[in-house]
Parts: sequence; C-alpha cells; structure tokens
Amino acid sequence: MSEHMKLYEVFIRSRRGLDHKHVGSLHAEDPQQALEYARDIYTRRSEGVSIWVVNSSDITASQEGDCESFYDPHDDKPYRHATHYQLPEAVNNM
Amino acid sequence: MSQDVPQAELDELEAQFQARIDAEEKIEPKDWMPEAYRKNLVRQISQHAHSEVIGMQPEGNWITRAPTLHRKCILLAKVQDEGGHGLYLYSATETLGTSREELVQALHDGVAKYASIFNYPALTWADIGAIGWLVDGAAIVNQVSLQRTSYGPYSRGMIRICKEESFHQRQGYHIMMTLMQGSEEQRAMAQDALDRFWWPSMMMFGPHDAESAHSARSMKWKIKRQSNDELRQKFVDQSVAQAEEIGLKIPDPELKWNEERGHYDFGEIDWEEFSRVVSGNGPCNRQRLQHHIRVHEEGQWVRDAIAAHEEKKRQRAGKAAA
Ligand SMILES: [Fe+2]
Ligand SMILES: [Fe+2]
Repeated sequence: MSEHMKLYEVFIRSRRGLDHKHVGSLHAEDPQQALEYARDIYTRRSEGVSIWVVNSSDITASQEGDCESFYDPHDDKPYRHATHYQLPEAVNNM
Repeated sequence: MSQDVPQAELDELEAQFQARIDAEEKIEPKDWMPEAYRKNLVRQISQHAHSEVIGMQPEGNWITRAPTLHRKCILLAKVQDEGGHGLYLYSATETLGTSREELVQALHDGVAKYASIFNYPALTWADIGAIGWLVDGAAIVNQVSLQRTSYGPYSRGMIRICKEESFHQRQGYHIMMTLMQGSEEQRAMAQDALDRFWWPSMMMFGPHDAESAHSARSMKWKIKRQSNDELRQKFVDQSVAQAEEIGLKIPDPELKWNEERGHYDFGEIDWEEFSRVVSGNGPCNRQRLQHHIRVHEEGQWVRDAIAAHEEKKRQRAGKAAA
C-alpha cells in the first residue's frame, strides 16, 4: 500500500518557544492525513504542541560525503570564535 | 480579517492571548494575535533587520584598509555575520505575513527606520574598534534582553544572533586595547574614537522611558522585556571598567559611581542631536540610504537572471513531460 502513498517527514515542536525538530517520517495520502497520522504516531505522550509535515520529496539535502568541499573553508577561521581574542582577566566576561 | 469577528469573541481571544503572555509562553506564527501586536512586531523586527544590513556600511568601508591581513579577515567575517543577522530577522518578520519586498520598499521610502548609530561615519581605524566594542556592546545588551521576547521566531533569532555576536565585541575591544598599547598617536586615535562614539552609543537605547512612544504596550505584551533606561544603565555599568582597564576615558564629566544605587550616575544625552539624526539629518543618513538603493537597483540583473533561469528550467521540464 505504501507505494501508492507519499512519504512525509514529521517535525514536532515540543514546547512553545522551541524550534520544530525532526522526529521521523510516515506515509499518508495527503498533508491533512499525514498530520493526523503524525499525531497518532509521534505525540501519544504529549511530546508536542505543534506538528509540521513536509513531503519528503520536497526536501533538498546536502550530502555528508561532500563535507569537505562544502564546509572546509570554515575550519581555518578561528577568529570567528570569541575565545580567539585574549583579553585582560578583569574584562574577560565580555 | 478581524472585522468579521464579533467584539465579544475578540475580547475573549485577546484575553487568552494576554494570559499566554503573562504565563511566559511564546506566541507562535499561526496563533491568533491582536493586529496591533503584529504591527508592532513588524515595525520593531524589520527596524532591527534594516539596522543589521545598513550597519555593514560604516564597517565595510574599512575592509580594504584594515592594517593587517588578519584584521581584514576578522572584519570581513564580522560584516558577513551582520548580513546574516539581517536575513534571520527579515525571515522572522516574514512569519508575520509581510514580504521581504515590502520591508525593503519601506526602508527605501524612508518609512522604516534603522538604528541611528549607523548614520555616523567610521573615520579612522580606531572607529572600527569603537564600533565593535561599544556599538556591538550596546546591541548585545539589547539583544540578550530580547532573547526573552514573547514572539517565538524573534526570540529564537535573538538566541542565534547573540551566540554569533560574542566575537564582535571582543574583536573591537581588542583593536582598542592594541592601539592603547601603541604610540602616542595611536592612543590619541583610540581616545578620539571613544569620544565620538560614546554618546551615539548611549542613544542606541532610545528615549527615556517616560518619552518612549511604544514602551508601555511593548512591555505589557513582553515584546520588550526591559526598559530603555534600564538597558542603558546596564551598558554604562559594564563599559566603565572596560574603558579603565586599557586607560581610556569616557567623555562624560558627570560619570560617577553611586554607592547607594549600586550603579554609575551619568550625564544627559543631547536629545536635540538624537532627534536630528533620527529625523534624517545626521552626518550620513542620505549616503546610507542612497547606497542601499543603488546597490539594490544594481542587483536587479541578478534577480532577473535567476527568474529567467527558473523559467527555462520549467519550460524544459514541461517539454520533457510532454
Ligand atoms: Fe548583528
Ligand atoms: Fe554584531
């Protein structure tokens, strides 16, 4: 049956003020049904106050294998971090 | 939209909304909210976004003239961060149903404001130090407080931004410290930068609480969590020791520790200068806005090219399907 139904990724906001977090996926006929299934599958113990469902096919993902060419330039920039700057003890809480 | 809802129901919705805020819960984009709350947020967050973006100009001005390659890399990274902060904030504004185009248009029309501090020029390399130390320092005081703002996307944006800000202030202070360890001229240059940037930085917190147009309601809705004067006091208290540590003198003859209050007393801001700059007549207001408009217009061909490329892809996909 699943070959006829679309795959949805499910994101749940566990508490107001927090980001939605990916929790898993499921098959459903349409977004409304996906929401209801997500409610039944992922929030049986009040894990969330808000659910997002997104067609898996709508997600474009970076590949971990491309890591080096994709992220590499970031590692040789220690000056982007606060700890790079040595300040006197008295003002170091800046 | 809300015109169709009967008043009794509106009152009920508003009571629920306020109860949620009083309970320290966040408001999220799809929640019901009073129109005035939405408007207030759009105004404040977009003003904040514009400030991040316009703020790139005075600092960007020094990227090609940084004294060492290392300082150049740092400044480039900082200015890049500020552009990113603008994007976080524009997208937080967009969750309220206002488009990016509308926001940029409002800036270009002079309807939307940005922080007045960026209407002052960065004249010397020491100004880059003063801006990082004081302007980012003041912004951090404000943004740390706003991490607890009632609107979820704004609050989360602030948390992300505060994490990235941590190096901005330190690199600025490090520039000032290095200059203060240098020659007579370098020390004078650092002091001069502090002299020019101190009061405009103090103005960043806005008018006194009693005169602040939006304050009372913003506090009730917890859009703002601390008043302008409270935040300004915090900024003064932290800056004094930082200046003293490297031998700089804050240009305020009335600055004095008040044992009783447990805070520094300080002099009055020149409010005439404040309203002159806010109303468009600071040293660089026109230049900042014109530059933004010019770059936006010059970038039109890029947006056109992206749209044309998308169209071509769509047509190809159409042909392949047919
Ligand atoms: Fe920033
Ligand atoms: Fe910054």
